[in-house]
Amino acid sequence: MGVNKGIADGVGRAHGASTPEELKYQTEKREERLKKGLQPAGGTGTAPVMASSDPNEPLVYDPQYILMVKNLKKYFPIKGGMMSHVVGQVKAVDGVTFNLKRGTTMGLVGESGCGKTTTGRTILRLSGEKTGGQVLFNGQEVYDLSPKEMRSMRTKMQIIFQDPFSSLSPRLPVGEIIGEAVREHNLVQKSEFNAYIDQVMDNCGLQPFHKDRYPHEFSGGQRQRICIARALALNPEFVVCDEPVSALDVSIQAQIINLLKELQEKYSLTYLFISHDLSVVEHISDTVGVMYLGNLVEYGATEDIFRNPLHPYTKALFSAIPIPDPKAKMNRIVLEGSIPSPANPPSGCKFHTRCKYCTERCKKEAPVQREVEPGHYVVCHLFDK
Amino acid sequence: MAKNKPEGYLSARESRRISKENRKITSAMEKTRKRKNVPESEYLTTMHDPNNAVEFDNLHTYFFTDAGTVKSVDGVTFEVPIGKTVGVVGESGCGKSVTSLSLMQLLQRPQGQIVEGEIRLNLGDKAVNVAKMPDKEMQHLRGNYVSMIFQEPMTSLNPVFRIGDQVDEVISLHNGEGKSKEEVKARTIELLELVGIANSEGVYQMFPHELSGGMRQRVVIAMALACNPKIIIADEPTTALDVTIQAQVLDILRSLKDKINSSIMFITHDLGVIAEMADYVVVMYAGRIVEKGTAEDIFYHPAHPYTIGLMASKPVVGKQVDKLYSIPGKVPNPINMPDYCYFKDRCEMCVSGCSGAYPCEVSLSETHKVSCYRYYDEAKKGGA
Ligand SMILES: Nc1ncnc2c1ncn2[C@@H]1O[C@H](COP(=O)(O)OP(=O)(O)OP(=O)(O)O)[C@@H](O)[C@H]1O
Ligand SMILES: Nc1ncnc2c1ncn2[C@@H]1O[C@H](COP(=O)(O)OP(=O)(O)OP(=O)(O)O)[C@@H](O)[C@H]1O
Ligand code: SF4
Ligand SMILES: [Mg+2]
Ligand SMILES: [Mg+2]
Repeated sequence: MGVNKGIADGVGRAHGASTPEELKYQTEKREERLKKGLQPAGGTGTAPVMASSDPNEPLVYDPQYILMVKNLKKYFPIKGGMMSHVVGQVKAVDGVTFNLKRGTTMGLVGESGCGKTTTGRTILRLSGEKTGGQVLFNGQEVYDLSPKEMRSMRTKMQIIFQDPFSSLSPRLPVGEIIGEAVREHNLVQKSEFNAYIDQVMDNCGLQPFHKDRYPHEFSGGQRQRICIARALALNPEFVVCDEPVSALDVSIQAQIINLLKELQEKYSLTYLFISHDLSVVEHISDTVGVMYLGNLVEYGATEDIFRNPLHPYTKALFSAIPIPDPKAKMNRIVLEGSIPSPANPPSGCKFHTRCKYCTERCKKEAPVQREVEPGHYVVCHLFDK
Repeated sequence: MAKNKPEGYLSARESRRISKENRKITSAMEKTRKRKNVPESEYLTTMHDPNNAVEFDNLHTYFFTDAGTVKSVDGVTFEVPIGKTVGVVGESGCGKSVTSLSLMQLLQRPQGQIVEGEIRLNLGDKAVNVAKMPDKEMQHLRGNYVSMIFQEPMTSLNPVFRIGDQVDEVISLHNGEGKSKEEVKARTIELLELVGIANSEGVYQMFPHELSGGMRQRVVIAMALACNPKIIIADEPTTALDVTIQAQVLDILRSLKDKINSSIMFITHDLGVIAEMADYVVVMYAGRIVEKGTAEDIFYHPAHPYTIGLMASKPVVGKQVDKLYSIPGKVPNPINMPDYCYFKDRCEMCVSGCSGAYPCEVSLSETHKVSCYRYYDEAKKGGA
């Protein structure tokens, strides 16, 4: 695989274990993975996490997975002209498949506008009907639930929204915003209610004197913490975290990440963690999915993805991570060409318009998923044997 | 008063009293501000250094709320030199956005007020003090001369209007003279493409809720750059963007800066971005500046314990730790600040002098200043 070796050199940041601490860390991480019932990264054993047999075959529930998503699609109509006719479709999510084990975290990264938020929202049934595919939560097809069943399901599946400003009611004081749903679903006894809310707020770095203030009186990062507290107050089983820490300074960010991990260990929480900050994703995730224009193009154990990124898009992404050192020389892989539109995605491989390894075949034929090393999947013609 | 109430608790009576007092203070301030025909002499000033685009001088911005006075910005002094980028970092809620909103005169009024200090703005042939400037004059500068990329894009986008109309409006408002509708639209499309929005014709027709978080942020960036501003305030402009588009946006900002010699005040939590963009770095904590210097000073010789803690908290790709370091403790309540160093209760490097008054600024070098007792000796050595 000469080509692959060539591009692997493009990413100088890939890391093996060089120091004793890292070796020790990797051993620990490996044990942690085994404990969580995941296969060790780059190891043996092949439990396909990104199962992709026939896309039309219905999913078979496997109890180890809290969430199974198959061939999920969500298109938005484009209205145009004088009469607002539907003139096309934005294919925001265009066939996403993955399984998520209970108590683990899947990181979701990718270009802005590639459909990460839509994936999260569609899984939680927050953006109307899906266009296609299946979502099994604890074995239940989410889209088959009645409104009443859906309401009780809502406490188990929560989302931390990307844009805290538009998701907080401006007329409620913060204590009420966080406690509203807790009270509605009778999650704690009346006498313990206040203490409970205080505890949740404290966990998320909010202080008691914040309780009676209104959202507009807070800074961006403080508002973000209100959203986190609101979601965690309901004791969910599964949380879609959409850029939960990007508005926070690194110290509070660290505090929240530590909190999320702690809660995960205690209550076996499962996260879908969407973020642009790859260092955070590396730290918190067990598995990582890389999205491009509505599809997962690479998926695997975190260590594998970061140690050995395979897809040309993943490589370009990793090469652009800013380094906190003013003298650092960046070796960015610049993506040529303009970003294609999800309303009119390119033929063949959707990345071919910007890929420097693009061949004639890439323009015509869509690549299929390959398992390049155990548990490490990539969708790219370069890896066809 | 001795009753055992939780911290920050206020009786209804107390809160009424505060709110009455606030009204008195703020309405007096509003009255001075709303006067007609304010003579120019009142807000004309001179720059301390003509090479600076902006000078913040002992800025105090308070919010008069019913729970008490929130001292969001409490004596901030720093400058933005012409053609340079100043990075501002600091704890969430430490007053970064309020500092920049003060410069734009976009504070939430009447409760938000600049109560003390000057913000000098270099207009080339003259300099003005923004803190004293009447609204009407400020409107001419806003968007044209100084423009801001807001932290939360939805605050500057109107949900009921199409993206295209909103960007068009900005263009025709500020430099639309003699431009036909088609020309304005062409410029809008050009701007949208500049910030890397695919399908710009399609996006032109869309409503804000139909865009992804990062696309909204890029629309806001396009709007801010529409008029080639001389001073750009970028409040977390790239947090919603993936790293490849982030790199692209940073390039746009840099090239604009070089093209028309603009200055940038860059607020972000991403130390990597700061390292890449900033010539100078200002570190804020609880409404004050605790350390400032060149990017090299701050990254290679961080001095203030808060800065050191911040550097330690950042996860780095490839550097693996089990649990991230996070500075222990909490920021003090901005309504009720301690009378000693604001960071002391969280500081792991305290020295004996730390319980004294708030430390004053110590020069570690020509460019590098820090407010911390640990460096008092060094200042003496240096003869400062
Ligand atoms: N309600 C909607 N109507 C029409 N199009 C939409 C709607 N919501 C999202 N889209 C489109 O779907 C695509 C994917 O959006 P999405 O918000 O999922 O992106 P994202 O990956 O979360 O990006 P970001 O990182 O910028 O938040 C975008 O092209 C967007 O314009
Ligand atoms: N309208 C307001 N009324 C009362 N307090 C306010 C108001 N706006 C801001 N504050 C307070 O002022 C302080 C500084 O807020 P600011 O938005 O400047 O923080 P920031 O440094 O930008 O933080 P972040 O990084 O989280 O955006 C915060 O403690 C906030 O609660
Ligand atoms: S399939 Fe072809 S165009 Fe697509 S990423 Fe792989 S090499 Fe590039
Ligand atoms: Mg999003
Ligand atoms: Mg802010």
